[in-house]
Amino acid sequence: MKLKSKDLLGLQYLTKEEIQLILDTAISFKELFTRSIKKVPTLRGKTVVLLFYENSTRTRTSFELAAKRLSADTVNINVSTSSVQKGESLIDTGKTLEAMKADFIIIRHSMSGAPHVLARNISSHVINAGDGVHEHPTQGLLDMFTIREKKGTIKGLKIAIIGDILHSRVARSNIWGLTKLGAEIVVCGPPTLIPYEIEKTGVKVCYKVEDALKDADVINILRVQFERQQENMFPSVREYSLLYGMDKEKIKLAKKDVIILHPGPMNRGIEITSEISDSVNSVINEQVTNGVAIRMAVLYLLAGVH
Amino acid sequence: MNKKTVILKTKEIQNLIDNITEKIINDNFELKSLGFIGILTRGVYIANRIISKIKKIKKIDIPLGTLDITFYRDDINSIDKQPIAKETNIPFDINNKNIILVDDVLYTGRSIRCALDAIMDLGRPLKILLAVLIDRGHREIPIQPDYCGKKIQTFYTDEIQVKLREIDKNDQILLIKK
Repeated sequence: MKLKSKDLLGLQYLTKEEIQLILDTAISFKELFTRSIKKVPTLRGKTVVLLFYENSTRTRTSFELAAKRLSADTVNINVSTSSVQKGESLIDTGKTLEAMKADFIIIRHSMSGAPHVLARNISSHVINAGDGVHEHPTQGLLDMFTIREKKGTIKGLKIAIIGDILHSRVARSNIWGLTKLGAEIVVCGPPTLIPYEIEKTGVKVCYKVEDALKDADVINILRVQFERQQENMFPSVREYSLLYGMDKEKIKLAKKDVIILHPGPMNRGIEITSEISDSVNSVINEQVTNGVAIRMAVLYLLAGVH
Repeated sequence: MNKKTVILKTKEIQNLIDNITEKIINDNFELKSLGFIGILTRGVYIANRIISKIKKIKKIDIPLGTLDITFYRDDINSIDKQPIAKETNIPFDINNKNIILVDDVLYTGRSIRCALDAIMDLGRPLKILLAVLIDRGHREIPIQPDYCGKKIQTFYTDEIQVKLREIDKNDQILLIKK
């Protein structure tokens, strides 16, 4: 069993079996983290380029650590001081990196579909680390890995995704991946932040957070993306926090052993209270650990596709 | 057409494992210093059988770890089928131990090279010794077994398949001519 495409552009394009292969492979990589030498020689001699057109701490660090723990060489491109500022196109930047024999290009871009354009034009493996409001596949995979690890399975779980669904690539990757593995998804947020016809992806829509949380096994709380909101999408942050912010009272509606996910960075006190983010139900820090294992699995599996 | 021949059956395989066990016991290691590491998948079952035999004779529990060598392979660029990674689990401290590394078939020696690298990343054993059920020749790197059940003459293109009752239906070693 191996992956079919040389690139990872989104969970939309993967089969259920491919997703399971990535999740299973990540288990073996996670075991490495318990060792004193957290490194294997698998990708020795390969070059991984991190091309981030948008800000990031955890995703970039996580990818860089994943590549380094596989013994690959990594290069970080600082877009704000690169030729991009001189007007170089994405394809030209990609071709330049390809000519330098980059084996992997990990790209984050504010335009949905940018990784797809790159992948079509160069032979290096392209990994989408977040494109606009489209997908963030490795985040989706690490969420699924965390859920599966905690709950044993994904099939049949009731998963509530709360918040800014409209601007969230994390929500889209979660929806594609989790529905393929048989979860029951409810999305909930202010009507202005729920995309039109989202039901067509197989999810249920709720506007009252109480309905979404009832008997939930998993709650994935999204960050309010102030930087992507062109206009005021809701009356006030205070109102959002009151209606949709996750606190001790609202959590009581979910199952007792509910797990709380958040892709980070958190706006503490807005979409989540510190009491919840630091509670025993929270798996937010484990998501970060699992992220490295998932990204190692993706790099390793893509390296096997020629 | 592939031609399959059964070359060893249950009784003979058990004899080979007994012989290996005897040789290990005769080498007079301090039994407390011993630790077994089986290479996944079948090396683990063979190691387990050796350990049970030692326990029967010497009344001592010897620890067993399992080792997955996938991430240490040198052929990620050339193989068609990517092996599915399994979990390494070595539940004891390998530092200053005499490690018996166990695999079913010794062929090019490359898997053992991977295993040695993997073990070195986990610590610094006193010694690493290699036990294999079958040595079929055609080494590509200078690695030799310390304990070998049986040497078998093969062509490079042949395949040796080891079946063990723990995961296959029964104990059998097959020679497949291609």
